[in-house]
Amino acid sequence: MAFNADTPPKPRIVVIGAGMAGGRIVEEILKRDAHRFDVSIIGAEDCATYDRIQLSPVLAGEKTFEDIVTHSQAWYDTNGVKTHFGCWVQSINKDGRYVTLHDGVTIAYDYLILATGSDPIRLPLPGADLPGVVAFRDLHDVDIMQKAAEKGGEAIVIGGGLLGLEAAYGLAKRGMKATVIHLMDVLMERQLDEAAGRLLEKALLERGVNSVLNAHSEAIVGDSHVEGLKLKDGRIIPASLLVMAVGIRPHVEPAKAAGLLVERGIVVDDQMRTSDAHIFAVGECVQHRGTCYGLVAPIWDMCRTLADVLTEKNVDAAYLGSELATRLKVSGVDLYSAGQFNGGEGCEDIVFRDPARGVYKRIVVKENKLVGTVLFGEAADGAWYFDLIKKAESISDIRDTLIFGQSVTEALAGVDPNAAVAAWPDDTEVCGCNGVTKGTVVEAICAGADNLDKVRGCTKASASCGSCTGIVEQLLKVTLGDAFKAQTGPKPMCKCTEHGHQHVRQVIVEQQLKTMPDVMQALKWETPDGCSSCRPALNYYLLCAWPREYKDDPRSRFVNERNHANIQKDGTYSVVPRMWGGVTSAKELRAIADVCDKYEVPMVKVTGGQRLDLFGVKKADLPAVWADLNAAGMVSGHAYAKALRTVKTCVGSEWCRFGTQDSTGLGIKLEQDTWGSWMPHKFKMAVSGCPRNCAEATIKDFGVICVDSGYELHVGGNAGIHLRGTDLLCKVTTEVEALEYSMAFVQLYREDAWYLERTAPWIERVGLEFVKTQLFDDETRTDLKARFMESQAVFQVDPWAEHAPKSEPAKVFSPLADLREGVTQNHITEQA
Amino acid sequence: MNVSVALKWVDVGAAVDIPYQGARRVDTDLGAIAVFRTVDNEYYAVMDKCPHKGGPLSEGIVHGRHIACPLHNWSFSLENGEAVGADAGKGCTPTVPLKIEDDRILLGLR
Repeated sequence: MAFNADTPPKPRIVVIGAGMAGGRIVEEILKRDAHRFDVSIIGAEDCATYDRIQLSPVLAGEKTFEDIVTHSQAWYDTNGVKTHFGCWVQSINKDGRYVTLHDGVTIAYDYLILATGSDPIRLPLPGADLPGVVAFRDLHDVDIMQKAAEKGGEAIVIGGGLLGLEAAYGLAKRGMKATVIHLMDVLMERQLDEAAGRLLEKALLERGVNSVLNAHSEAIVGDSHVEGLKLKDGRIIPASLLVMAVGIRPHVEPAKAAGLLVERGIVVDDQMRTSDAHIFAVGECVQHRGTCYGLVAPIWDMCRTLADVLTEKNVDAAYLGSELATRLKVSGVDLYSAGQFNGGEGCEDIVFRDPARGVYKRIVVKENKLVGTVLFGEAADGAWYFDLIKKAESISDIRDTLIFGQSVTEALAGVDPNAAVAAWPDDTEVCGCNGVTKGTVVEAICAGADNLDKVRGCTKASASCGSCTGIVEQLLKVTLGDAFKAQTGPKPMCKCTEHGHQHVRQVIVEQQLKTMPDVMQALKWETPDGCSSCRPALNYYLLCAWPREYKDDPRSRFVNERNHANIQKDGTYSVVPRMWGGVTSAKELRAIADVCDKYEVPMVKVTGGQRLDLFGVKKADLPAVWADLNAAGMVSGHAYAKALRTVKTCVGSEWCRFGTQDSTGLGIKLEQDTWGSWMPHKFKMAVSGCPRNCAEATIKDFGVICVDSGYELHVGGNAGIHLRGTDLLCKVTTEVEALEYSMAFVQLYREDAWYLERTAPWIERVGLEFVKTQLFDDETRTDLKARFMESQAVFQVDPWAEHAPKSEPAKVFSPLADLREGVTQNHITEQA
Repeated sequence: MNVSVALKWVDVGAAVDIPYQGARRVDTDLGAIAVFRTVDNEYYAVMDKCPHKGGPLSEGIVHGRHIACPLHNWSFSLENGEAVGADAGKGCTPTVPLKIEDDRILLGLR
């Protein structure tokens, strides 16, 4: 319909602040009534709305900025919202009902919504204005931190709360040595009891974050850039980056200047109205019933209430405050806390501990109701407990099993595990990160989103931290019944399947699946013969599980492992003969030199793993090159394989005046034991003869550092994209033990890690404790070694010798036909 | 039927010389051709040069009627040579006419 002069203009809503609250309130209003208002949004940051709580994974390199955008410019445009990004508000004229931007532009409103958020608190320490001192609040801060992390070195984070710890973890993950300085004697003391605090401290230490508790900061030291932090006790901790994460303060200046009632935050009533009837406020800038919130769940509650009120969907909607739950976003550290957990009058505790798995759970009961919980190491039931806390119903009937979580409790009570979720009211929040309710998820499922990815795509439920994935799956089950196929892993292996690596490996062993078609059949693969992602993984999982029975499938291997050489960008190959422990001889060098002359090898390069790499070999020459090298006693160096690559050594006690043990000899033995074994990813070792560590053993997958009294064994190091130093596994006194541990460790990695997962991320995922528990148990270690040797009996063969001499198999390395002018004459059958 | 340019059908080898889910290369003056055999025993031929960085497609992993380049894992349809999946629309490798007669592979060359 054309414009009609009788149509009254739409009421104008102006939102100040395009952060999480600003984006959300716009979305909530439009969801209720897309056409009623004329909406504008003003944001100081130069970009559209992103999920600020996901900055930690961005810092840690686990997500990109694109992953965390919640409302893009395109989204605002599509929904007819006028945007003013990169603008800030100079003043609000509440009598004239307009706001003035920094450039003098004025925007009139009928309703103004303040979503101005909060500012990070900066401690007024001497030196606080030095370059290298930052807060952790926006993308700009993350950018500075990432740039600092590229240079490595040491970082300090002041503040051992949620944000501080996530910042420290992110920096450690990016390769910095991170230290958290915390005023109190327990980390995250507002969310954790002491026991969980200590476990967290330990878990962070394993991830490269050191904590200094009871620490009072005195001054930031440095001349032209931060150099360290001085504590009141006189200690100086060095750092080239200092992050202040000590808290936030509501950003109230525009409201205050406009003459609104402001205390700690902008004071609002239960309908989010400020002291001016046309001005509302939501989010961290708000003070509601005396409380200011710094977490995301209350923001969603406030936005829903305000949207109900403004659109008149429910004019009596009221925000009554929020129960708070916290989840730490540090990979591999599962931590959740909610409600009252530090006891008090009339409170009883139920505690469950499993030190071997690093699990600690505590629930607090008061007058037969659940009032609080702290979960560490296993927090999947967090949302269930949180729901029980909010319901505040008697738990007498389930008290005996409550600590074991939802599935056990409901199974013993004879309840269908999905029944509880089915019974939730539609407004129960499922996803705390994105504020998605059960009703929204069910609506999406009914509209055709029949798997997890689709639900994530259209509602964002479980798309951020992923901790509500289980609940979304239950909703899929409840809504679709048998039509729902569970997605068993957090992430499917590839597009051919809905299953994750863990599940696939498990099923291969449990159901004794011994061929690739069997696996694809049993797990309902959606493509006829997989793809280039899943086939190499399945091939590995099968040969690892059934070394004697499974027949290796070259067609499911990447080119390098099929051609036993490393393909280069021009289609030629590089060839690396094995030099045990990095030791060679005149005879070997002579043979290599002869090969270089005979096959016109354009370049020979010394590698970081103490080998010689022959570049530019043509594919058709490979078998002959191997035959010549074989003849001089050399075998494949597997420099192209997901397998043992090299064992780097120093000369040790045989030559070096500092050497404590025969590091070269041990390196050669290690290499002779482990060469030829296929692994999830490449695997490198090193042996250093003394703690000076010339062989760089502490950045290897398995490293040995010899000392006077024996051998230190280190695991999980990696010099790749993300530098990671090893973790000390243990110290042994004899060479025999060192060899046994190496084989057991390799086998544990072979059996447990996912394909293409190196030892560093694997250990980060499963935790060093898991590795220790397995390897320190004598029986388990012996079994691992035995299985490794069983596998080696099959796979420790030289692929070169297999393909090299006999001209018949070598044929596949030549073209099928050569039709080039003057080369050969093929038969021309007919002309069409 | 009129065909504007006549094809020469050239015998390049026995059908069994190409393994299931595998490929072999045929060198010609116009560049190398990759000849594929799928898991369902279908044969296809395309120019053996990835439009991305020139990788030899004959060294890639054959899956369904697709080939993944060994250099950077771009995938192509063997039926029409178009890039598929995440890199769809970014490039195409020319296909080469192919037929199997008496268990021999014939390529249609111009």
